[in-house]
Order: sequence, then structure tokens, then C-alpha cells
Amino acid sequence: MQPILRLRGVTKAYGAVAALAGVDLDVPPGEVVSVIGPSGSGKSTLLRLLMTLDRPDAGALEIDGESPWIMERGGRPVPADERHLRRVRGKVGMVFQHFNLFPHMTAVENVMEAPVHVLGMTADDARERARALLLQVGLEDKADAYPAQLSGGQKQRVAIARALAMRPKVMLFDEVTSALDPELVGGILALIRELAASRAMTLVIVTHHMAFAESCSDRVVFFDGGAIVEDGPPEAIFRQPRLERTRRFVQAVLESR
Amino acid sequence: MFDWRYAWDTLPALGAALVVTLQATAGGMAIALVLGLALALARRSQRAWIAWPAGATIEFVRSTPLLVQIYFLFYVLPEAGLRASPLVTGVLALGVHYAAYCAEVYRAGLESVPRGQWEAAAALNLGRFRTLAAVIVPQAIPPVVPALGNYLVAMFKDTPLLSAITVVELLQTAKLVGAERFRYVEPLTLVGILFLVLSLVSAAGIGWVERRLQSRH
Amino acid sequence: MLDMLPSLLRGLAVTAGVTAGAAALAVVAAVAAGLARASRARLLRWPAAVYVEVFRGTSALVQLFWFYFVLPFFGVELPAFAAGVLVLGLNTGAYGAEVVRGAILAVPPGQRDAAAALNLGRLQTLRRVVLPQAWPAMLPPAGNLAIELLKNSTLVSLITITELTFAAQLARAQTLRSAEIFGVVLVLYFATALVITGGMRLLERRAARGLERGGR
Repeated sequence: MQPILRLRGVTKAYGAVAALAGVDLDVPPGEVVSVIGPSGSGKSTLLRLLMTLDRPDAGALEIDGESPWIMERGGRPVPADERHLRRVRGKVGMVFQHFNLFPHMTAVENVMEAPVHVLGMTADDARERARALLLQVGLEDKADAYPAQLSGGQKQRVAIARALAMRPKVMLFDEVTSALDPELVGGILALIRELAASRAMTLVIVTHHMAFAESCSDRVVFFDGGAIVEDGPPEAIFRQPRLERTRRFVQAVLESR
Repeated sequence: MFDWRYAWDTLPALGAALVVTLQATAGGMAIALVLGLALALARRSQRAWIAWPAGATIEFVRSTPLLVQIYFLFYVLPEAGLRASPLVTGVLALGVHYAAYCAEVYRAGLESVPRGQWEAAAALNLGRFRTLAAVIVPQAIPPVVPALGNYLVAMFKDTPLLSAITVVELLQTAKLVGAERFRYVEPLTLVGILFLVLSLVSAAGIGWVERRLQSRH
Repeated sequence: MLDMLPSLLRGLAVTAGVTAGAAALAVVAAVAAGLARASRARLLRWPAAVYVEVFRGTSALVQLFWFYFVLPFFGVELPAFAAGVLVLGLNTGAYGAEVVRGAILAVPPGQRDAAAALNLGRLQTLRRVVLPQAWPAMLPPAGNLAIELLKNSTLVSLITITELTFAAQLARAQTLRSAEIFGVVLVLYFATALVITGGMRLLERRAARGLERGGR
């Protein structure tokens, strides 16, 4: 089966800082992948590239078999036009560390926005779907609240509902609990665990929560210095890492609990 | 279409007029910087009979047109027995008008000085005047130098208003020269370019000063 | 003094007309140039930058004279009122463009990221996400520009438009009562400025209500 995400030699630098240095990765459809590693190791950059928010400096990136940035015309590769980019982009959704909810819209309006303006749904259908999703994330009574009236955990739930509303094939989670008060973290992790168990889509989760990563991932990727250091099932990475670097990182994180 | 020869011929006259323009700007700014600081300090006074008139003056002068203020001084000063040349009258008007803007800038600077500075000065029993002169004002001014610089450039661009009271600065000269041959394109365009070049250079200069000041902190 | 009032008030009406006309043009110019300067397309950014730098870098009065006295040589004869509204509108619009651009750039980049992650198009992102959040930030500086425009309207008296300052000059020439006339005129401008400020505060409050329930 063709991988839904494929990266070959992907490199990205911001000014003089190399964020990603030659990353190779294949993710089969439906897999739940956790990405762990120290700060500044390039994990967030990886997600930004997968979400097509930024473009790689070098290397190949394919989503569901297509590059977002290059398309075929008459059998030859040419720079992609806006329509192609958006078509490929539509297969990926993302939840951010700082929520990024639209402050001038209510929760339900946040969730409705893209289905109406991108998928062309009618407002009524979109609203119905939005309310159902808010129910699914446990916020049906906050549908008409504005983001400023919600707690961090509630905001993140709305953000998850908003991303789900577009029915992407791949969902990216960028340290989605790092900005939350400790007592709210569990609720969000439980939501993600539900999503993982439902096997409805491919998940790529950047996280610091090792126990969570171990319990719900099919696979764990350890990132350091802009490249993948080790890659394997959770038991391997957490219990029997092959490399000393991995062992040291895992140990340091476990000790800090 | 553009007569370069003619344009070249007008340069000496424009050069002399530029001197007048710069004199007006320098004089006006000198008044504005000093009067503005005085107004800003007065507005902060605890005594209402000082603070209130200062505040009212600032608001009134800021919100009313410079040209009308220029006319006011030009016609009213002689009636009050004070004879002054048009240039001096113009400099006075510019100075008072921009003092009101500078007062607001100084206010921001004064308010940005941390409370702790006032308290330390009080703990050392420095009098109010000494506190202001030696502690507060020297810290209030550097952050607002760029804003003051912007008003300097703005004043420079307002000097053509003095042509309305017959001061022979750049615009007035361009009009006089243009009237001789009834050809305004070249002198007016040159004046426009002169203003543009000088304000772009000043803006760059102010940016440089701003960066130098930031690096010190 | 009272017999002067009708002609002064007529002048004030012309001032209001010039200010309003120029303000309308300024809004259009400011939004167009501000968006262009904030855009990623060089073809849009550069002409907008030239427009903004030229109109901000030269004196408004010089611009006024140039449009009124020089354009006829290029075949464009503008009546004084049109020249006045055009120049003041473009001049204020150049300053307004910076306000628009600053407000757009101040919207947190995370908002654009979220819009892209939801696959919203560029125009949709601008219209539905960025502008609604940039708009309240534009209003206070816009209020200041409106007052500046009111004050600049006096410049058109120098190209013979019979607005309030021109009327004041006429009245002074007739009665030689300079202090009273210019004093009254200053008060009239001040009162008009207060009205404009009040109007802008109302707008600011209405715009803040849209975000207020949402807050920041």
C-alpha cells in the first residue's frame, strides 16, 4: 500500500538555522505516529511542511502520492498552481499548540467556517455538522461562546472539532497540550486517544507525554538536530532503544516527571 | 517636455530659498522642543491652576489648523504692538504648534520612566526640581528621540505654509520664479523632489538614530 | 461680529465638503495601497510603496500647487475643488496605507496558519479572518488622520477654494477685526475636531463590541 506521507531528503533552514537536515520518512495510511525529541529538534518544522504552511528547501514531500508544490502537466513536472496546492492541502488538517481559534467568531462559527467557504456546504448543514462535532468533543453547551470565554482545554477541543470538520486524511497535532494548565491535559489526550482508536485517519502527534505516546501509537519517531535518530514501535523506543542518544533522552524525560 | 536648462537656471534661487526653509525649521524646532517640554512638565503638575491651562493649550493647539494659527499671529501680533518679520512670526507659529505635538511625545517618555526611579530619588531626598532635571528627564528623552525626529521632518514639510504670509521659502520662490516665465512645471517639480529627497534622507537618519539608541539598551 | 457669522458658516460647510470628499477617497486609497504593501506580490508592493513614499515625503501644499498649476501643462485641467479633494485624499490615503498595513501585519501569524490549515483561500483568509481582526486596530490612528485631514483642508484656501479659512481672510480684509475673526475660526475648527473625534470613538466602540465578546 502506498504511504500516505512520504519524505525523501527533506531539508529546511530558517536563515542560518537548519531546522531539518535531510529527513526520510514513510507513513502508511491509518497509522498513528508519535514524534518525540528535544526542543528545537525540528519536530514543529516537520509538521509545518506536512501542512504545506512552508515549503522545503530541498528534497521531496508527497501527500497521498502527490507533491503539493509540483504538478504534472502534459507528463512533465511544473510548479503547481493554487488549485493543485489546495487540493493536496485539503487532505491534511492540523491542531496548533496555541489553538489559533478565530477570536471574532463563536465556537460553532469557527467550526463552520471552512466547510462553508471551502467545501461549499450550506450554512445549515455546516451548523448541524459543527454542533455534532462539538458534542463529540464534549462542548455542545459552549457552541455560541466566543474563544475568550473558554478555558484553554475548551479552546483546544474547539480547535480539534474545527480541524475534524474538514474530514482530512491526515491529522497533525503540534504539542497541543503544551499551552494548557496541567489539569486540562488529560482531557485532550483522552480525545486524541479516542481518535487514534477509531482508526478513521492517519495521525502524526508531536508530544512530550511519553506515557501517552507509548500507549496509543503504532510507532514512535525520535527527532534530534533536524533528523530522525531512531524510529520504531513504542516498546522498542521506550524500553529498548538501539541508540545511546535515544536512551538518554527517554531517561531524561522519564526522570523529570 | 521638461526644460532641463530652465530647471538648472532656477537652482540658485531655490538654493537660497532652501536656506530660509531650513532656518525656519531649525528655529521652529528649537522653540517646539523647549516649549513642548515645559508644557509636558506643566501638565503633570499637582497644582490644577498650572496643569489645566497647560492641558487645554496642548489640546487646543493640536486640534486646530496651523495655517489659521499662522494667520492669527501674523495679523494679531502687530495689533498688539509687537512688530516681527514674517519669518519670525512664522517660526513662532511653527514652534507653538509643534510644541503641542512634542508635549505629547514627552508625556509618553515621562510616563515610561519606571516608578522606582521616582521612589529612589525620594528616598535620597532629592527635591522635585533635581529629581526631574537629573533623574527623570534624562531617562525620558532617549526613547522618544525618533518620534521627535519625525516631527522635525513634519515641520520641515509644513514650512511652505509660511508662503501664505509672504515668507520667501521654497514654495514661494518656486511660485515667483514660475510666474516670471509663466512656466511652473520645472520649479514646482524641483521643489517637490527636494522635499522628497530631504525627507527620505532624514527618515533614514532617524532610523539610524533609533537603531543606535536601541542597541544601547 | 454676528454679521460675519453666516459667511463663516458657509465657509465651514465647504470645509466639511472638502474634508468628507477627501476622507472618502483616502479610505479607498489607504485600503488599496495598504493591502498592496502587505501583499507578497512585488508587482503590487512596489507601485504602492512609491505612491506612499512620494505623498508622505513631500509637502501637502507643494502637492496641491503641483496638481493645480503643473497638471494643466500636461493637458489635465482640474477645477480647484476637484484638485483639492484629490490631493488631500491621496495625501491622507498615503498615511492611511501605513495604518492599514500595520494593522494587517499585527494580526498574529497563527491566525493565517490556522486558516491555511483549514484550506481557506488567500482572499477568504483576508476577508474572513485577517481584516475583521485588523479593523479595530485601524480606527484610533484613523481618527488622528481624520483630524489631520480637517486641518489640511485649510490649505485649499491657498488655491482659492472658499472654505472656512478663505472666508476668514475675506472677513478680516473687510472688517480688520483679526483677533475676533481668527479666534472664532479656531474655535469652529476645534468644535469640528471634537465632533470628528466623537464620531470615531463611536465607531471604535462598535468595532470593539464585535471582538469584545470574543476579546483577545
